[in-house]
Amino acid sequence: MPKTLAEKVYDAHVVRSADGEPDLLYIDLHLVHEVTSPQAFDGLRAAGRTVRRPDLTMATEDHNVPTLDILSPIADPISRAQVDALRRNTAEFGIRLAPMGDRDQGIVHVIGPQLGLTQPGMTIVCGDSHTSTHGAFGALAFGIGTSEVEHVLATQTLPQYKPKQMAVTVDGELPPGVSAKDVILAVIAQIGTGGGQGYVIEYRGSAIEKLSMEARMTICNMSIEAGAKAGLIAPDQTTFDFLQGRPHAPQGADWDAAVAEWSTLRTDADAVFDAEVHIDATSLTPFVTWGTNPGQGLPIDASVPDPADFADEGDRRAAEQALEYMGLTPGTRLRDIEVDTVFLGSCTNGRIEDLRVAAELLRGKRIDADTRMLVVPGSVAVKAQAETEGLDRVFLDAGAEWRGAGCSMCLGMNPDQLKPGERSASTSNRNFQGRQGKGGRTHLVSPAVAAATALTGRLTAPADLIGA
Amino acid sequence: MDAFTTHTGTAAPLRRTNVDTDQIIPAEYLKRITRTGFEDGLFVAWRTNEPDFVLNRPEYANASILVAGPDFGTGSSREHANWALLDGGFRVVISPRFADIFRNNSTKAGLLTVVLPEADVEALWAAIEADPALPVTVDLQAEQVTYGDVTVPFQIDPYTRWRLLEGLDDVGLTERHLDDIQAFENARPAWKPKALPAV
Ligand code: SF4
Repeated sequence: MPKTLAEKVYDAHVVRSADGEPDLLYIDLHLVHEVTSPQAFDGLRAAGRTVRRPDLTMATEDHNVPTLDILSPIADPISRAQVDALRRNTAEFGIRLAPMGDRDQGIVHVIGPQLGLTQPGMTIVCGDSHTSTHGAFGALAFGIGTSEVEHVLATQTLPQYKPKQMAVTVDGELPPGVSAKDVILAVIAQIGTGGGQGYVIEYRGSAIEKLSMEARMTICNMSIEAGAKAGLIAPDQTTFDFLQGRPHAPQGADWDAAVAEWSTLRTDADAVFDAEVHIDATSLTPFVTWGTNPGQGLPIDASVPDPADFADEGDRRAAEQALEYMGLTPGTRLRDIEVDTVFLGSCTNGRIEDLRVAAELLRGKRIDADTRMLVVPGSVAVKAQAETEGLDRVFLDAGAEWRGAGCSMCLGMNPDQLKPGERSASTSNRNFQGRQGKGGRTHLVSPAVAAATALTGRLTAPADLIGA
Repeated sequence: MDAFTTHTGTAAPLRRTNVDTDQIIPAEYLKRITRTGFEDGLFVAWRTNEPDFVLNRPEYANASILVAGPDFGTGSSREHANWALLDGGFRVVISPRFADIFRNNSTKAGLLTVVLPEADVEALWAAIEADPALPVTVDLQAEQVTYGDVTVPFQIDPYTRWRLLEGLDDVGLTERHLDDIQAFENARPAWKPKALPAV
């Protein structure tokens, strides 16, 4: 029977299946961070269990970590206790940890690919919804809860039902200044935050094939914002080139065997998807969100919508609540919205390519005097690479802050937070109420829009800067 | 996990769509390393900023069934959201549509999620707004929700239902198949990546 890429990966990992029961799926890589794991390790201890495959498990400190003064103990005692718990747990169970200050430390979804641990055809899980990021390599990667973290630690498997299959095809050439972030925001605005529910999304089409690995990760990352279980992209030469030579990538004869297997990881020509969505890349423009869920987004040329124009009662109420929280009036041009803070970072857009795009727009310029810009590399390695390229100087000379690696203002578990009523343009993935700090207001944008916005202090497309 | 068979209590109408897990419990409340005590973070922003938020109203203070709009539990995978609802006294959440991870976490934590069509949720909202003291029964054995003289059937996959009814722990069930897991591992290609040793 013809199969989709996701079905091939899924089927290759079924340990056991029986009628009336979920399949037991083998997990190739389990990524762990400090927030969703302490109760799982406690559960193991309470039941007298061990970690079945510490060698297929990798932990990092990311959500709580400060981005300033990282070699001192964490000032917040509760954050420190959580990080300390991870250190104790990984030491006790023999799991590799990249702690603060380590060369491998960073956001969990940045370090997996960077180390070459994320490879095509794998099953990858983490107690974190943005695990879908790893799907960019043609892996089946999805977020799990803490009980499931415990299950994977104990058995290296998970009970699963085969998800439904959705194809999102993006054809054509992306216009200049339009990036992967705009593609995925447009997809979510089109299908809605529940549109992908129960599905794995395969992104395909000529526009996707042309994207770099970083850009593909940005797209797969936000599959969860469309409600999907996972998102993935068939591996190709771009994927192999990214992986070759990375610390945990196969070498020599193993590399050849791996590439031979990875090359089979494509959806069969006559495979059937349960749902299909088509996007014309040539029609896309920079996208920004105006509301409090990632589906509430529009092209930057648009204006804040009027809730009265929504046909569905629930959507109307949601829009009213969102505008009230965001402090926005219907009809305001999105370009006229002033921001206090620009955040460049996160597992969506904290990779080297994202920093390069933003730095190019900022080079030789100064950001708006009333706007602060926080640049937070996704990992220690991204930070080091950026510094080698001199990007840190570009950001600092423009008046931005250059920070240490971590999740930072993506979710504000560390001191990097918005104040009540403050407004941000953020390259992260969630504009939920209070996500970046109590009462903070978030507009999701691409790295290019973030940099352009930092220069003017208002939501701005890179193209607006020409001749400005 | 506690078994779930049937539950009767009062219900609170949460007339919102897209209730994400950051609203159920914000990130700053996730720092605890225990499995209980999360009730202080439950809907804390709405409880603090909106005096007439449904759970601030005395008539709904003791509700144990939450009735919400579609796309409940979207966003972060934090199981703390499920724990916070349990710690806050809820045993059941009813919604026309749940985010997958939230729903899955619920089945592990012993919180029952019931999917009802939007029209049935509207009718239930109307009933519990008219009479906040109205007892609502959610019967997992019979797969139905009952209030007043209304009975609405719901569906749940039989395996999850069995596990909830029995209060069974997934790890224990999987451990019955360790031989299969071992056999699978023996057949894995040697070049598959390992995190250890560090390179
Ligand atoms: S960067 Fe944001 S979305 Fe990504 S893992 Fe960290 S907190 Fe989660």
